[in-house]
Amino acid sequence: MVSLAAGRRAGAGLPSWLRLSWSWRITWLYLALVLFLPLGAMALKAAAVGPVQFWELATTPEAIATYKISFGLSFVAALLNGVFGLVIAWALVRCRFPGRRLLHALIDLPFALPTAVAGLALASIYSTNGWLGAPLKALFGIEVSFTWLGVAIAMVFISLPFVVRSVEPVLEALEIDQEEAAWCLGASPRQTLVKVVLPQLMPAILSGVAQGYSRAVGEYGSVVMISSNVPFKDLITPTLIIQKLEEYDFASATVIGMVMLAFSLVSLVVINGLQVWGRHWEANPTTAA
Amino acid sequence: MRKPLRWLKAHLRWPKPSALIPLIAFAYVAVIILLPALEVVVGALGKGLEPFLQNLHSEELISAVKMTLLMALIAVPANTIFGLAAATAIARRQFPGKALLLSIIDLPFSISPVVVGLMLVLLYSPSNGLFGDVVNSLGWKIIFSWPGMALATIIVTFPFMAREVIPLLEEEGWDQEEAARTLGASNWQVFWKVTLPSVRWAVLYGLILTTARALGEFGAVSVVSGNIAGQTQTLPLFVEDAYKQYQTELAYGAALVLGGVALVSLLLKLLVEQMIGGLKDDQPIN
Repeated sequence: MVSLAAGRRAGAGLPSWLRLSWSWRITWLYLALVLFLPLGAMALKAAAVGPVQFWELATTPEAIATYKISFGLSFVAALLNGVFGLVIAWALVRCRFPGRRLLHALIDLPFALPTAVAGLALASIYSTNGWLGAPLKALFGIEVSFTWLGVAIAMVFISLPFVVRSVEPVLEALEIDQEEAAWCLGASPRQTLVKVVLPQLMPAILSGVAQGYSRAVGEYGSVVMISSNVPFKDLITPTLIIQKLEEYDFASATVIGMVMLAFSLVSLVVINGLQVWGRHWEANPTTAA
Repeated sequence: MRKPLRWLKAHLRWPKPSALIPLIAFAYVAVIILLPALEVVVGALGKGLEPFLQNLHSEELISAVKMTLLMALIAVPANTIFGLAAATAIARRQFPGKALLLSIIDLPFSISPVVVGLMLVLLYSPSNGLFGDVVNSLGWKIIFSWPGMALATIIVTFPFMAREVIPLLEEEGWDQEEAARTLGASNWQVFWKVTLPSVRWAVLYGLILTTARALGEFGAVSVVSGNIAGQTQTLPLFVEDAYKQYQTELAYGAALVLGGVALVSLLLKLLVEQMIGGLKDDQPIN
Protein backbone atom coordinates (compact mmCIF):
# COMPACT_ATOMS: atom_id res chain seq x y z
CA MET A 1 0.00 0.00 0.00
CA VAL A 2 2.73 2.42 0.97
CA SER A 3 4.71 1.90 -2.20
CA LEU A 4 1.57 2.47 -4.26
CA ALA A 5 0.99 5.79 -2.54
CA ALA A 6 4.62 6.78 -2.91
CA GLY A 7 4.61 5.93 -6.59
CA ARG A 8 1.49 7.95 -7.30
CA ARG A 9 2.84 11.30 -6.10
CA ALA A 10 5.83 11.75 -8.37
CA GLY A 11 8.88 11.33 -6.17
CA ALA A 12 11.44 12.36 -8.78
CA GLY A 13 13.63 9.42 -7.85
CA LEU A 14 14.06 10.41 -4.23
CA PRO A 15 13.19 7.90 -1.52
CA SER A 16 9.76 8.68 -0.18
CA TRP A 17 10.93 9.94 3.21
CA LEU A 18 13.24 12.54 1.64
CA ARG A 19 10.48 14.19 -0.40
CA LEU A 20 9.57 16.96 1.97
CA SER A 21 5.84 17.29 2.07
CA TRP A 22 4.24 19.98 4.19
CA SER A 23 3.82 17.65 7.13
CA TRP A 24 7.54 16.82 7.07
CA ARG A 25 8.51 20.48 6.83
CA ILE A 26 6.40 21.38 9.86
CA THR A 27 7.72 18.40 11.79
CA TRP A 28 11.39 19.18 11.19
CA LEU A 29 11.04 22.96 11.66
CA TYR A 30 9.17 22.48 14.91
CA LEU A 31 11.60 19.88 16.25
CA ALA A 32 14.52 22.14 15.29
CA LEU A 33 13.05 25.15 17.09
CA VAL A 34 11.81 23.52 20.26
CA LEU A 35 14.23 20.61 20.68
CA PHE A 36 17.41 20.60 18.61
CA LEU A 37 18.23 24.30 19.12
CA PRO A 38 17.96 24.21 22.94
CA LEU A 39 19.81 20.85 23.09
CA GLY A 40 22.51 22.23 20.81
CA ALA A 41 22.88 25.38 22.89
CA MET A 42 23.46 23.34 26.03
CA ALA A 43 25.91 21.00 24.30
CA LEU A 44 27.88 23.97 22.92
CA LYS A 45 27.97 25.70 26.31
CA ALA A 46 29.11 22.46 27.92
CA ALA A 47 31.79 21.94 25.28
CA ALA A 48 33.07 25.46 25.93
CA VAL A 49 33.76 24.52 29.55
CA GLY A 50 36.50 22.08 28.57
CA PRO A 51 36.88 18.46 29.69
CA VAL A 52 39.07 19.04 32.77
CA GLN A 53 36.89 21.74 34.24
CA PHE A 54 33.79 19.79 33.20
CA TRP A 55 34.92 16.84 35.29
CA GLU A 56 35.77 19.11 38.23
CA LEU A 57 32.41 20.88 38.17
CA ALA A 58 30.49 17.64 37.68
CA THR A 59 32.17 15.96 40.66
CA THR A 60 32.29 18.65 43.33
CA PRO A 61 31.36 17.20 46.74
CA GLU A 62 28.16 19.24 46.65
CA ALA A 63 27.15 17.80 43.26
CA ILE A 64 28.01 14.23 44.27
CA ALA A 65 25.92 14.57 47.41
CA THR A 66 22.92 15.57 45.27
CA TYR A 67 23.54 12.65 42.86
CA LYS A 68 23.43 10.27 45.82
CA ILE A 69 20.12 11.69 46.94
CA SER A 70 18.53 12.03 43.49
CA PHE A 71 19.70 8.78 41.94
CA GLY A 72 19.73 6.75 45.18
CA LEU A 73 16.37 7.75 46.63
CA SER A 74 14.69 7.56 43.21
CA PHE A 75 15.97 4.02 42.90
CA VAL A 76 14.49 3.05 46.26
CA ALA A 77 11.20 4.75 45.32
CA ALA A 78 11.09 2.98 41.95
CA LEU A 79 11.79 -0.43 43.52
CA LEU A 80 9.10 0.11 46.15
CA ASN A 81 6.67 0.97 43.37
CA GLY A 82 7.83 -2.09 41.46
CA VAL A 83 6.54 -4.29 44.29
CA PHE A 84 3.39 -2.36 45.14
CA GLY A 85 2.68 -1.49 41.52
CA LEU A 86 2.53 -5.22 40.79
CA VAL A 87 0.15 -5.74 43.72
CA ILE A 88 -2.09 -2.89 42.53
CA ALA A 89 -2.07 -4.10 38.93
CA TRP A 90 -2.93 -7.59 40.16
CA ALA A 91 -5.82 -6.22 42.23
CA LEU A 92 -7.11 -4.22 39.27
CA VAL A 93 -6.94 -7.06 36.74
CA ARG A 94 -7.51 -10.25 38.71
CA CYS A 95 -9.68 -9.21 41.66
CA ARG A 96 -13.26 -7.99 41.74
CA PHE A 97 -14.00 -5.79 44.73
CA PRO A 98 -16.02 -2.66 45.52
CA GLY A 99 -14.07 0.51 44.75
CA ARG A 100 -12.11 -1.04 41.91
CA ARG A 101 -13.00 1.77 39.50
CA LEU A 102 -12.03 4.35 42.14
CA LEU A 103 -8.65 2.64 42.53
CA HIS A 104 -8.24 2.63 38.76
CA ALA A 105 -8.95 6.37 38.57
CA LEU A 106 -6.72 7.21 41.55
CA ILE A 107 -3.68 5.60 39.92
CA ASP A 108 -3.73 8.26 37.21
CA LEU A 109 -3.82 11.13 39.68
CA PRO A 110 -0.03 11.59 39.94
CA PHE A 111 0.01 12.06 36.13
CA ALA A 112 -2.87 14.54 36.21
CA LEU A 113 -2.20 16.50 39.38
CA PRO A 114 0.20 19.42 38.87
CA THR A 115 3.43 18.68 40.74
CA ALA A 116 3.22 21.88 42.78
CA VAL A 117 -0.16 20.78 44.14
CA ALA A 118 1.22 17.34 44.94
CA GLY A 119 4.17 18.94 46.71
CA LEU A 120 1.93 21.19 48.78
CA ALA A 121 -0.32 18.29 49.75
CA LEU A 122 2.51 15.89 50.61
CA ALA A 123 4.47 18.50 52.56
CA SER A 124 1.40 19.36 54.67
CA ILE A 125 0.18 15.85 55.26
CA TYR A 126 3.61 14.56 56.30
CA SER A 127 4.56 17.67 58.33
CA THR A 128 4.83 17.22 62.10
CA ASN A 129 1.26 18.48 62.56
CA GLY A 130 -0.19 16.80 59.47
CA TRP A 131 -2.58 13.83 59.29
CA LEU A 132 0.18 11.29 58.78
CA GLY A 133 3.18 13.29 59.98
CA ALA A 134 1.83 13.85 63.51
CA PRO A 135 1.26 10.16 64.36
CA LEU A 136 4.61 9.22 62.80
CA LYS A 137 6.33 11.82 64.97
CA ALA A 138 4.43 10.85 68.13
CA LEU A 139 4.76 7.08 67.75
CA PHE A 140 8.17 6.64 66.17
CA GLY A 141 9.81 10.06 66.41
CA ILE A 142 10.13 10.11 62.61
CA GLU A 143 10.00 13.41 60.76
CA VAL A 144 9.15 13.12 57.07
CA SER A 145 8.58 16.60 55.64
CA PHE A 146 11.75 18.63 55.15
CA THR A 147 13.98 15.57 55.44
CA TRP A 148 15.23 13.02 52.88
CA LEU A 149 12.30 10.79 53.80
CA GLY A 150 9.91 13.44 52.46
CA VAL A 151 11.93 13.60 49.25
CA ALA A 152 11.56 9.83 48.93
CA ILE A 153 7.80 10.03 49.51
CA ALA A 154 7.42 12.65 46.76
CA MET A 155 9.43 10.41 44.43
CA VAL A 156 7.21 7.44 45.30
CA PHE A 157 4.12 9.55 44.56
CA ILE A 158 5.37 10.71 41.19
CA SER A 159 6.56 7.31 39.96
CA LEU A 160 3.68 5.15 41.23
CA PRO A 161 1.57 4.98 38.04
CA PHE A 162 4.32 3.71 35.75
CA VAL A 163 4.60 0.10 36.94
CA VAL A 164 0.82 -0.27 37.31
CA ARG A 165 0.18 1.05 33.81
CA SER A 166 2.89 -1.04 32.21
CA VAL A 167 1.98 -4.31 33.98
CA GLU A 168 -1.83 -4.01 33.61
CA PRO A 169 -2.13 -4.75 29.86
CA VAL A 170 0.36 -7.63 30.01
CA LEU A 171 -1.47 -9.18 32.95
CA GLU A 172 -4.75 -8.81 31.09
CA ALA A 173 -3.32 -10.60 28.07
CA LEU A 174 -1.94 -13.50 30.13
CA GLU A 175 -3.81 -16.70 29.43
CA ILE A 176 -5.15 -18.20 32.62
CA ASP A 177 -4.71 -21.64 30.96
CA GLN A 178 -1.01 -21.69 31.74
CA GLU A 179 -1.62 -21.15 35.43
CA GLU A 180 -4.31 -23.82 35.41
CA ALA A 181 -1.95 -26.18 33.64
CA ALA A 182 0.73 -25.53 36.26
CA TRP A 183 -1.80 -26.19 39.01
CA CYS A 184 -2.93 -29.42 37.36
CA LEU A 185 0.67 -30.55 37.14
CA GLY A 186 0.91 -30.16 40.89
CA ALA A 187 2.59 -26.77 41.25
CA SER A 188 1.81 -24.86 44.42
CA PRO A 189 0.33 -21.36 44.09
CA ARG A 190 3.74 -19.98 45.00
CA GLN A 191 5.52 -22.05 42.37
CA THR A 192 2.93 -20.99 39.82
CA LEU A 193 3.52 -17.34 40.67
CA VAL A 194 7.31 -17.52 40.68
CA LYS A 195 7.84 -19.88 37.73
CA VAL A 196 4.90 -19.17 35.44
CA VAL A 197 3.48 -15.70 36.04
CA LEU A 198 6.37 -13.53 37.21
CA PRO A 199 8.76 -14.39 34.34
CA GLN A 200 6.12 -13.27 31.85
CA LEU A 201 5.49 -10.04 33.72
CA MET A 202 9.15 -9.25 34.31
CA PRO A 203 9.80 -7.16 31.17
CA ALA A 204 6.75 -5.01 31.94
CA ILE A 205 7.72 -4.64 35.60
CA LEU A 206 11.29 -3.66 34.76
CA SER A 207 10.15 -1.25 32.07
CA GLY A 208 7.74 0.37 34.52
CA VAL A 209 10.42 0.58 37.20
CA ALA A 210 12.85 2.17 34.73
CA GLN A 211 10.25 4.72 33.58
CA GLY A 212 9.35 5.58 37.16
CA TYR A 213 13.03 5.85 38.09
CA SER A 214 13.74 8.19 35.21
CA ARG A 215 10.74 10.32 36.13
CA ALA A 216 11.63 10.46 39.83
CA VAL A 217 15.22 11.50 39.11
CA GLY A 218 14.04 14.44 37.01
CA GLU A 219 11.16 15.45 39.26
CA TYR A 220 11.35 18.95 40.69
CA GLY A 221 8.00 20.53 41.60
CA SER A 222 6.77 18.17 44.29
CA VAL A 223 10.21 17.43 45.74
CA VAL A 224 11.25 21.06 46.12
CA MET A 225 8.25 21.76 48.33
CA ILE A 226 8.69 18.82 50.71
CA SER A 227 12.48 19.11 50.90
CA SER A 228 14.37 21.58 53.09
CA ASN A 229 16.75 22.01 50.12
CA VAL A 230 19.85 21.94 52.33
CA PRO A 231 23.01 20.77 50.53
CA PHE A 232 24.38 17.39 51.69
CA LYS A 233 21.11 16.70 53.50
CA ASP A 234 18.15 16.52 51.11
CA LEU A 235 19.09 18.71 48.12
CA ILE A 236 18.27 17.03 44.80
CA THR A 237 20.21 17.58 41.58
CA PRO A 238 17.51 19.59 39.71
CA THR A 239 17.28 22.01 42.64
CA LEU A 240 21.08 22.35 42.65
CA ILE A 241 20.90 23.38 38.97
CA ILE A 242 18.40 26.10 39.85
CA GLN A 243 20.52 27.28 42.77
CA LYS A 244 23.56 27.51 40.48
CA LEU A 245 21.53 29.53 37.97
CA GLU A 246 20.41 31.88 40.73
CA GLU A 247 24.08 32.38 41.69
CA TYR A 248 24.86 33.14 38.01
CA ASP A 249 27.18 30.11 38.01
CA PHE A 250 26.17 29.16 34.47
CA ALA A 251 29.12 26.81 33.94
CA SER A 252 28.20 24.62 36.91
CA ALA A 253 24.52 24.66 35.97
CA THR A 254 25.37 23.60 32.40
CA VAL A 255 27.70 20.81 33.46
CA ILE A 256 25.28 19.34 36.01
CA GLY A 257 22.48 19.75 33.47
CA MET A 258 24.54 17.71 30.99
CA VAL A 259 24.99 14.95 33.58
CA MET A 260 21.20 14.81 33.97
CA LEU A 261 20.66 14.89 30.21
CA ALA A 262 23.12 12.03 29.73
CA PHE A 263 21.20 10.05 32.34
CA SER A 264 17.92 10.77 30.50
CA LEU A 265 19.36 9.52 27.21
CA VAL A 266 20.72 6.35 28.79
CA SER A 267 17.43 5.64 30.55
CA LEU A 268 15.55 6.22 27.29
CA VAL A 269 17.70 3.59 25.56
CA VAL A 270 17.25 1.16 28.46
CA ILE A 271 13.47 1.65 28.54
CA ASN A 272 13.21 1.15 24.78
CA GLY A 273 15.30 -1.99 25.09
CA LEU A 274 13.07 -3.35 27.85
CA GLN A 275 9.98 -2.64 25.77
CA VAL A 276 11.41 -4.42 22.74
CA TRP A 277 12.25 -7.35 25.02
CA GLY A 278 8.68 -7.27 26.34
CA ARG A 279 7.18 -7.39 22.82
CA HIS A 280 9.52 -10.25 21.97
CA TRP A 281 8.19 -12.07 25.04
CA GLU A 282 4.62 -11.53 23.96
CA ALA A 283 5.32 -12.73 20.45
CA ASN A 284 7.10 -15.96 21.43
CA PRO A 285 7.12 -16.54 25.17
CA THR A 286 8.71 -19.98 24.91
CA THR A 287 11.89 -19.03 23.07
CA ALA A 288 12.56 -15.70 24.74
CA ALA A 289 13.77 -17.28 27.96
CA MET B 1 -22.01 2.94 51.74
CA ARG B 2 -22.85 -0.28 53.57
CA LYS B 3 -21.65 -2.50 50.81
CA PRO B 4 -17.89 -1.96 51.27
CA LEU B 5 -18.24 -2.42 55.04
CA ARG B 6 -20.12 -5.67 54.68
CA TRP B 7 -17.59 -6.83 52.15
CA LEU B 8 -14.74 -5.89 54.48
CA LYS B 9 -16.30 -7.79 57.40
CA ALA B 10 -16.93 -10.84 55.31
CA HIS B 11 -13.34 -10.94 54.11
CA LEU B 12 -11.50 -9.84 57.21
CA ARG B 13 -12.52 -13.02 58.98
CA TRP B 14 -10.85 -15.03 56.25
CA PRO B 15 -7.80 -13.10 55.13
CA LYS B 16 -7.45 -14.97 51.86
CA PRO B 17 -4.92 -13.60 49.37
CA SER B 18 -7.82 -12.66 47.11
CA ALA B 19 -8.97 -10.14 49.71
CA LEU B 20 -5.54 -9.15 50.96
CA ILE B 21 -4.31 -7.99 47.58
CA PRO B 22 -7.00 -5.33 47.07
CA LEU B 23 -6.58 -4.26 50.69
CA ILE B 24 -2.83 -3.79 50.36
CA ALA B 25 -3.35 -1.97 47.07
CA PHE B 26 -5.90 0.36 48.63
CA ALA B 27 -3.79 1.03 51.73
CA TYR B 28 -0.76 1.95 49.65
CA VAL B 29 -2.72 4.19 47.30
CA ALA B 30 -4.50 5.81 50.25
CA VAL B 31 -1.26 6.79 51.97
CA ILE B 32 0.52 7.91 48.81
CA ILE B 33 -2.28 9.42 46.70
CA LEU B 34 -5.75 9.59 48.27
CA LEU B 35 -4.93 11.28 51.59
CA PRO B 36 -2.77 13.99 49.99
CA ALA B 37 -5.57 14.67 47.47
CA LEU B 38 -8.11 14.99 50.28
CA GLU B 39 -5.70 17.25 52.17
CA VAL B 40 -5.93 19.79 49.34
CA VAL B 41 -9.72 19.80 49.48
CA VAL B 42 -9.82 20.09 53.28
CA GLY B 43 -7.08 22.71 53.34
CA ALA B 44 -8.93 24.90 50.84
CA LEU B 45 -12.51 24.36 52.03
CA GLY B 46 -11.89 23.57 55.73
CA LYS B 47 -13.12 26.99 56.80
CA GLY B 48 -16.09 26.91 54.46
CA LEU B 49 -16.75 28.01 50.93
CA GLU B 50 -16.77 31.73 51.75
CA PRO B 51 -13.05 32.17 52.62
CA PHE B 52 -12.12 29.99 49.63
CA LEU B 53 -14.08 32.22 47.24
CA GLN B 54 -12.60 35.28 48.97
CA ASN B 55 -9.12 33.93 48.27
CA LEU B 56 -9.96 33.58 44.60
CA HIS B 57 -10.33 37.36 44.40
CA SER B 58 -6.66 37.90 45.21
CA GLU B 59 -5.22 40.06 42.45
CA GLU B 60 -2.05 38.02 42.16
CA LEU B 61 -4.02 34.83 41.88
CA ILE B 62 -6.18 36.23 39.09
CA SER B 63 -3.12 37.37 37.20
CA ALA B 64 -1.59 33.90 37.72
CA VAL B 65 -4.75 32.31 36.28
CA LYS B 66 -4.53 34.56 33.22
CA MET B 67 -0.85 33.72 32.74
CA THR B 68 -1.59 30.00 33.03
CA LEU B 69 -4.39 30.22 30.47
CA LEU B 70 -2.09 32.14 28.11
CA MET B 71 0.47 29.31 28.35
CA ALA B 72 -2.15 26.74 27.44
CA LEU B 73 -3.59 28.93 24.66
CA ILE B 74 -0.17 29.09 23.01
CA ALA B 75 1.11 25.60 23.70
CA VAL B 76 -1.98 23.54 22.93
CA PRO B 77 -2.72 24.79 19.37
CA ALA B 78 0.98 24.83 18.46
CA ASN B 79 1.47 21.27 19.70
CA THR B 80 -1.73 20.10 18.00
CA ILE B 81 -0.49 21.35 14.64
CA PHE B 82 2.88 19.69 15.24
CA GLY B 83 1.33 16.48 16.48
CA LEU B 84 -0.93 16.13 13.45
CA ALA B 85 1.83 17.06 11.01
CA ALA B 86 4.26 14.61 12.62
CA ALA B 87 1.64 11.87 12.69
CA THR B 88 0.69 12.23 9.02
CA ALA B 89 4.37 12.40 8.08
CA ILE B 90 5.63 9.50 10.17
CA ALA B 91 2.83 7.08 10.94
CA ARG B 92 2.31 5.18 7.71
CA ARG B 93 5.78 5.18 6.27
CA GLN B 94 8.59 2.82 6.93
CA PHE B 95 11.97 4.49 6.65
CA PRO B 96 15.39 4.01 8.20
CA GLY B 97 15.58 5.78 11.55
CA LYS B 98 11.85 5.77 12.16
CA ALA B 99 12.25 4.29 15.64
CA LEU B 100 14.94 6.86 16.40
CA LEU B 101 12.69 9.73 15.28
CA LEU B 102 9.88 8.44 17.49
CA SER B 103 12.29 8.29 20.42
CA ILE B 104 13.41 11.86 19.70
CA ILE B 105 9.79 13.01 19.81
CA ASP B 106 9.43 11.26 23.17
CA LEU B 107 12.59 12.87 24.52
CA PRO B 108 10.92 15.70 26.51
CA PHE B 109 9.22 13.06 28.67
CA SER B 110 12.56 11.76 29.90
CA ILE B 111 14.40 15.07 30.29
CA SER B 112 13.98 16.75 33.67
CA PRO B 113 11.78 19.87 33.36
CA VAL B 114 14.55 21.82 35.09
CA VAL B 115 16.99 20.83 32.35
CA VAL B 116 14.44 21.95 29.73
CA GLY B 117 14.33 25.36 31.41
CA LEU B 118 18.11 25.44 31.67
CA MET B 119 18.48 24.76 27.93
CA LEU B 120 16.24 27.73 27.14
CA VAL B 121 18.22 29.99 29.47
CA LEU B 122 21.47 28.88 27.80
CA LEU B 123 19.91 29.67 24.41
CA TYR B 124 18.09 32.96 24.97
CA SER B 125 19.47 34.56 28.15
CA PRO B 126 20.56 38.12 27.21
CA SER B 127 23.75 37.85 29.25
CA ASN B 128 24.80 34.22 28.80
CA GLY B 129 22.67 32.75 26.07
CA LEU B 130 23.93 31.47 22.75
CA PHE B 131 21.51 33.85 21.00
CA GLY B 132 21.85 36.52 23.71
CA ASP B 133 23.22 39.12 21.30
CA VAL B 134 20.51 38.45 18.72
CA VAL B 135 17.80 38.67 21.36
CA ASN B 136 19.29 41.92 22.69
CA SER B 137 19.67 43.60 19.31
CA LEU B 138 16.08 42.73 18.40
CA GLY B 139 14.94 44.11 21.73
CA TRP B 140 13.10 40.91 22.58
CA LYS B 141 12.55 39.63 26.07
CA ILE B 142 12.30 35.86 26.15
CA ILE B 143 13.78 34.72 29.46
CA PHE B 144 11.91 36.03 32.52
CA SER B 145 8.99 36.78 30.24
CA TRP B 146 6.02 35.01 28.68
CA PRO B 147 7.65 33.90 25.39
CA GLY B 148 10.24 31.84 27.27
CA MET B 149 7.59 30.40 29.54
CA ALA B 150 5.38 29.51 26.57
CA LEU B 151 8.36 27.86 24.86
CA ALA B 152 9.10 25.86 28.01
CA THR B 153 5.48 24.73 28.18
CA ILE B 154 5.54 23.75 24.50
CA ILE B 155 8.69 21.64 24.91
CA VAL B 156 7.37 19.80 27.93
CA THR B 157 4.00 19.00 26.31
CA PHE B 158 4.64 18.45 22.61
CA PRO B 159 5.00 14.65 22.62
CA PHE B 160 1.45 14.01 23.90
CA MET B 161 -0.49 14.68 20.69
CA ALA B 162 1.97 12.95 18.38
CA ARG B 163 2.24 9.80 20.48
CA GLU B 164 -1.56 9.49 20.74
CA VAL B 165 -2.26 9.99 17.04
CA ILE B 166 0.63 8.03 15.50
CA PRO B 167 -0.34 4.52 16.69
CA LEU B 168 -3.97 4.98 15.67
CA LEU B 169 -3.03 6.23 12.22
CA GLU B 170 -0.68 3.27 11.80
CA GLU B 171 -3.53 0.94 12.62
CA GLU B 172 -5.99 2.52 10.19
CA GLY B 173 -4.07 2.04 6.98
CA TRP B 174 -4.22 3.95 3.70
CA ASP B 175 -7.37 2.54 2.08
CA GLN B 176 -9.79 5.37 2.78
CA GLU B 177 -7.28 8.07 1.82
CA GLU B 178 -6.55 6.19 -1.40
CA ALA B 179 -10.24 6.00 -2.17
CA ALA B 180 -10.69 9.72 -1.53
CA ARG B 181 -7.75 10.57 -3.79
CA THR B 182 -9.06 8.33 -6.54
CA LEU B 183 -12.32 10.24 -6.34
CA GLY B 184 -10.37 13.46 -6.95
CA ALA B 185 -9.89 14.91 -3.47
CA SER B 186 -6.91 17.20 -2.89
CA ASN B 187 -4.35 16.49 -0.15
CA TRP B 188 -5.93 19.15 2.03
CA GLN B 189 -9.43 17.72 1.52
CA VAL B 190 -8.20 14.22 2.28
CA PHE B 191 -6.63 15.46 5.51
CA TRP B 192 -9.70 17.37 6.71
CA LYS B 193 -12.41 14.99 5.55
CA VAL B 194 -10.80 11.56 5.90
CA THR B 195 -7.65 11.51 8.03
CA LEU B 196 -8.69 13.90 10.79
CA PRO B 197 -12.15 12.40 11.40
CA SER B 198 -10.66 8.91 11.57
CA VAL B 199 -8.35 9.91 14.42
CA ARG B 200 -10.69 12.32 16.18
CA TRP B 201 -10.76 10.42 19.48
CA ALA B 202 -7.00 10.23 19.64
CA VAL B 203 -6.84 13.98 18.92
CA LEU B 204 -9.33 14.65 21.71
CA TYR B 205 -7.33 12.43 24.06
CA GLY B 206 -4.14 14.24 23.10
CA LEU B 207 -5.83 17.61 23.63
CA ILE B 208 -6.86 16.64 27.16
CA LEU B 209 -3.39 15.42 28.10
CA THR B 210 -1.64 18.42 26.53
CA THR B 211 -3.95 20.95 28.18
CA ALA B 212 -3.72 19.33 31.61
CA ARG B 213 0.06 19.26 31.52
CA ALA B 214 0.33 22.78 30.07
CA LEU B 215 -1.83 24.20 32.87
CA GLY B 216 0.11 22.35 35.55
CA GLU B 217 3.73 22.56 34.39
CA PHE B 218 6.03 23.76 37.13
CA GLY B 219 9.74 22.98 36.78
CA ALA B 220 10.49 24.17 33.27
CA VAL B 221 8.38 27.32 33.58
CA SER B 222 9.86 28.03 37.00
CA VAL B 223 13.41 28.22 35.61
CA VAL B 224 12.63 30.68 32.81
CA SER B 225 9.91 32.77 34.46
CA GLY B 226 11.83 34.59 37.19
CA ASN B 227 8.64 34.13 39.21
CA ILE B 228 7.64 37.80 39.38
CA ALA B 229 4.36 37.95 41.28
CA GLY B 230 1.56 39.50 39.26
CA GLN B 231 3.60 39.34 36.04
CA THR B 232 5.33 36.09 35.13
CA GLN B 233 3.71 33.85 37.70
CA THR B 234 1.56 30.95 36.60
CA LEU B 235 -0.86 29.21 38.94
CA PRO B 236 1.51 26.35 39.90
CA LEU B 237 4.26 28.89 40.62
CA PHE B 238 1.75 30.87 42.68
CA VAL B 239 1.02 27.79 44.80
CA GLU B 240 4.68 27.37 45.69
CA ASP B 241 5.26 31.10 46.27
CA ALA B 242 2.22 31.52 48.52
CA TYR B 243 3.21 28.40 50.47
CA LYS B 244 6.77 29.63 50.95
CA GLN B 245 5.49 32.98 52.22
CA TYR B 246 3.21 31.28 54.75
CA GLN B 247 0.03 32.40 52.94
CA THR B 248 -1.16 28.85 53.35
CA GLU B 249 -4.83 29.52 52.63
CA LEU B 250 -4.04 31.26 49.35
CA ALA B 251 -1.79 28.35 48.41
CA TYR B 252 -4.55 25.86 49.12
CA GLY B 253 -7.11 27.94 47.23
CA ALA B 254 -4.93 27.97 44.11
CA ALA B 255 -4.07 24.30 44.61
CA LEU B 256 -7.74 23.37 44.72
CA VAL B 257 -8.38 25.23 41.47
CA LEU B 258 -5.54 23.27 39.84
CA GLY B 259 -6.71 20.07 41.48
CA GLY B 260 -10.19 20.67 40.07
CA VAL B 261 -8.73 21.07 36.59
CA ALA B 262 -6.79 17.83 37.08
CA LEU B 263 -9.93 16.03 38.20
CA VAL B 264 -11.90 17.28 35.19
CA SER B 265 -9.13 16.18 32.84
CA LEU B 266 -9.05 12.78 34.52
CA LEU B 267 -12.82 12.34 34.14
CA LEU B 268 -12.73 13.49 30.50
CA LYS B 269 -9.92 11.02 29.90
CA LEU B 270 -11.92 8.14 31.36
CA LEU B 271 -14.92 9.22 29.29
CA VAL B 272 -12.92 9.26 26.06
CA GLU B 273 -11.37 5.89 26.98
CA GLN B 274 -14.88 4.47 27.30
CA MET B 275 -15.91 6.00 23.97
CA ILE B 276 -12.88 4.48 22.27
CA GLY B 277 -13.54 1.16 23.99
CA GLY B 278 -17.18 1.30 22.87
CA LEU B 279 -16.21 2.10 19.31
CA LYS B 280 -13.75 -0.75 19.21
CA ASP B 281 -16.39 -3.16 20.47
CA ASP B 282 -18.89 -1.97 17.88
CA GLN B 283 -16.72 -2.13 14.82
CA PRO B 284 -13.85 -4.60 14.86
CA ILE B 285 -10.69 -3.18 13.33
CA ASN B 286 -10.31 -4.46 9.79
